[in-house]
Amino acid sequence: MSTRSFRPEELEPKRGVALNRREFFEMAGAGLLIVATAPASEAQRGAGAGAGTLDTRLHIGEDGFITILNGKIEEGQGALTELAMAAAEELRAPLDRICMVMGDTDRTPNDGGTAGSGTTPRSVPQVRRVAAAARALLLTAAGRQLGADAAGLEVRNGAVQFAGKTFGYADLARSPELAAAYKNVLPEGTALTAVKDWQILGKPQVRLDARGLVTGAHRFPSDIVRPGMLYGRVLRPPSYGATLDSVDLAAAKKMPGVKAVRDGSFVGCAAPTAFAARKAMEAISATAQWKTVEQPSSDTLFDYLKQHASQQGRPQAQGRGSVEKGLAEARRRLKATYRVAYAQHAPMEPRAAVAEWQDGRLTVWTGTSNPGSVRQTLAEVCSVPAERVRVVVPHFGGGFGGKHTGEAALEAARLAKETGHPVAVQWTRAEEFTWAYFRPAALIEVEAGLDADNSISAWDFTNYNSGSSAIDPPYRIPNTRVRFMPSSSPLRTGSYRVLAATANNFAREAFTDELAEAAGKDPLEFRLSHLDNDRIRNVLKAATEKFGWLERRKKRRSGTGIGLACGTEKNSVVAACCEVEVDPRTGAPRVIEFVQAFECGAILNPANLRSQVEGAIMMGLGPALREEILFKDGRLTNGDFASYAVPRFRDLPKLDVVLLDRKDLEPAGAGETPIIAIAPAIANAVFDSTGQRMRAMPIHAPRG
Amino acid sequence: MASIRFTVNGKTSDVETEAERPLLEVLREDLGLTGTKYGCGEGQCGACTVLLDGRPVLSCITPAHEAQGHHIVTIEGLARNGALHPVQQAFLDEGAVQCGYCTPGMVLRTVALLTAHPRPTDAQIVEGLNGNLCRCADYRRIQAAVRRTAESTGKRD
Repeated sequence: MSTRSFRPEELEPKRGVALNRREFFEMAGAGLLIVATAPASEAQRGAGAGAGTLDTRLHIGEDGFITILNGKIEEGQGALTELAMAAAEELRAPLDRICMVMGDTDRTPNDGGTAGSGTTPRSVPQVRRVAAAARALLLTAAGRQLGADAAGLEVRNGAVQFAGKTFGYADLARSPELAAAYKNVLPEGTALTAVKDWQILGKPQVRLDARGLVTGAHRFPSDIVRPGMLYGRVLRPPSYGATLDSVDLAAAKKMPGVKAVRDGSFVGCAAPTAFAARKAMEAISATAQWKTVEQPSSDTLFDYLKQHASQQGRPQAQGRGSVEKGLAEARRRLKATYRVAYAQHAPMEPRAAVAEWQDGRLTVWTGTSNPGSVRQTLAEVCSVPAERVRVVVPHFGGGFGGKHTGEAALEAARLAKETGHPVAVQWTRAEEFTWAYFRPAALIEVEAGLDADNSISAWDFTNYNSGSSAIDPPYRIPNTRVRFMPSSSPLRTGSYRVLAATANNFAREAFTDELAEAAGKDPLEFRLSHLDNDRIRNVLKAATEKFGWLERRKKRRSGTGIGLACGTEKNSVVAACCEVEVDPRTGAPRVIEFVQAFECGAILNPANLRSQVEGAIMMGLGPALREEILFKDGRLTNGDFASYAVPRFRDLPKLDVVLLDRKDLEPAGAGETPIIAIAPAIANAVFDSTGQRMRAMPIHAPRG
Repeated sequence: MASIRFTVNGKTSDVETEAERPLLEVLREDLGLTGTKYGCGEGQCGACTVLLDGRPVLSCITPAHEAQGHHIVTIEGLARNGALHPVQQAFLDEGAVQCGYCTPGMVLRTVALLTAHPRPTDAQIVEGLNGNLCRCADYRRIQAAVRRTAESTGKRD
């Protein structure tokens, strides 16, 4: 099955003519336009300050194709397919009649960033409401046209059948009496199809956009080519914090076809080939004089983070009871410190953009999760009104939270403006490692007390620098204090799949095993005795049963260890069990088997959910086992794939994923939470194997 | 500048270019074959894999002049008359695609693997594809797609 999705040129605004969305539809044909007014809160959340409400979201063409317009983006997580399924379900139309237009600031509403597992819980219901309203209109129109009572009709396979006659979406689009529907405002609270009646949602569906990916036909942002386009490069400082003293562009400017520009600290060049641009940049770089400043190094990172705590931003604290009293009264107290290294997302496609100026209007094709805010930034930096800036986000090559910004877009726009040509900028892998942002390193201190019944009576947990996601323990503990202390990060940091939940879950779940041992309890039994959350209990049960936890705790295999962990974030729950083997010579753990149970409410697309969970496990093995950004004197010392060892095929363990389908719960996103239980499960398994507690990510046992 | 002649996906190509320029950039910029991807430029990720006389090579670290007189196959050259190559079909059927940026390299590496080992063991799949990175980390499904191809093409023998 393939879904036709509009190619950019199909609906491209005419040269130099700015079209607003209404004009776009008029140009696109006499189809049906449904205007949806979203609740104010949703509009505000989606749109950012000052932007209006969401409006145009669905279009029915005379060819019977139904176009869904959505401001979210596709970066490999499966949003396009999921939203198309949601539309097809409510339209009662075949999936191959749905066209998706996503992430294009001229054509789609501003739905805010694609982040925080938000597309499933917020955009899916929104698309379903719009589609359900379109189906209601089809029924009404069919009733009038076919002379039947609409209440007795139903839509099947995209059409209404009555008395031997058929009335489908193509007929609806052509219906002159429905011209008025162009101005219809969607009613609030449109009834959605009950989960038990789903025909398309809930069933496994291969990516609708997969064919263009396996044939190489899809144009990623780095594949966009425009007439007269040049390839651009930007001068980078030799180290963090370095400032440009002087630079000489003369040699580069003499090279054939090369344009070199300087605007303050921004120095770049563009040339007819990437090779020529590289040579020109080498010539420029050779002349650059820099002022460097002293920078912290990774070998003193955690002291640095503690020393600089709360110099940036206010600490956040929450809790219940009295942690001081709880600790004072505890029968036994334990304390530990955990360290989590900086990690880089390293998506396969480094940052890339093509920028083109035409008649004072700027169009940028780029890979970002935030087309709306990138548009705003482009407008500000280029001093043009935002209405004259269009950001188009083709399906791009991975982000994992690492492409919330638009650096390449900005660089391409500046070079395009200065050179008078469309310019493509694709970061090198070294640039992506060095100048993209990192997942923040974390220093976590935790102290807890056990009471006379060996229950946790007090919990004092402080995260320095990395964040407060999932910082609250899911366990029943009468006295808690959890704190996040911002620090002055030596490296630029930002979002990464599920933010600090990975670090906080690592420390909490590894420490929980220490408490279980002190209490003389099995890690599973100890957790269950503190857990009221049935959803976590269920995934723990599912994972441990699949793994055979109880039997394998009794029958130990020599040379290996087993561990488990659980957690919750973004309204989904996860539990993992694994078996590891530690290389006695190097101390490096290898994961032999990994079992994970995950539950995120009613499952929308089981095939995609499984690949998200499996992918999260495999990606999570990286920072759990090896990935650690190292830096000295303001430079990375392992900023390439040769030395920063992301997971490869050889790391693939025996992998089992158990998906629990809670049809009674609203669907929650699944791109993030499945990564949070990996590192602690491994740390606990390494302890089981070696008797050594693992308190740092990446996890490494002492060398033998 | 050098004059380089080679065939790409069965068609003869003449390019006038710097001999040391990476083959990857000649394919993408001069010949418009953007299915071959830049991933690292250091020969570590396999996204730029193409077949040179049937052998997988990393086009990001292969100077253009090394293609002189040879036959190159890129991802665009696999499907025939709209019919997907069995490896492409298997990737599609297994859903072994997330962001898809590594997919062309993975598919071509698999074609080469299956030429050398029509019925590869799991260990041969792991070793054969270990040089290709997938950051969506869909390795289990890619492995399943390789197995599926081996089974489907095996049946036709």
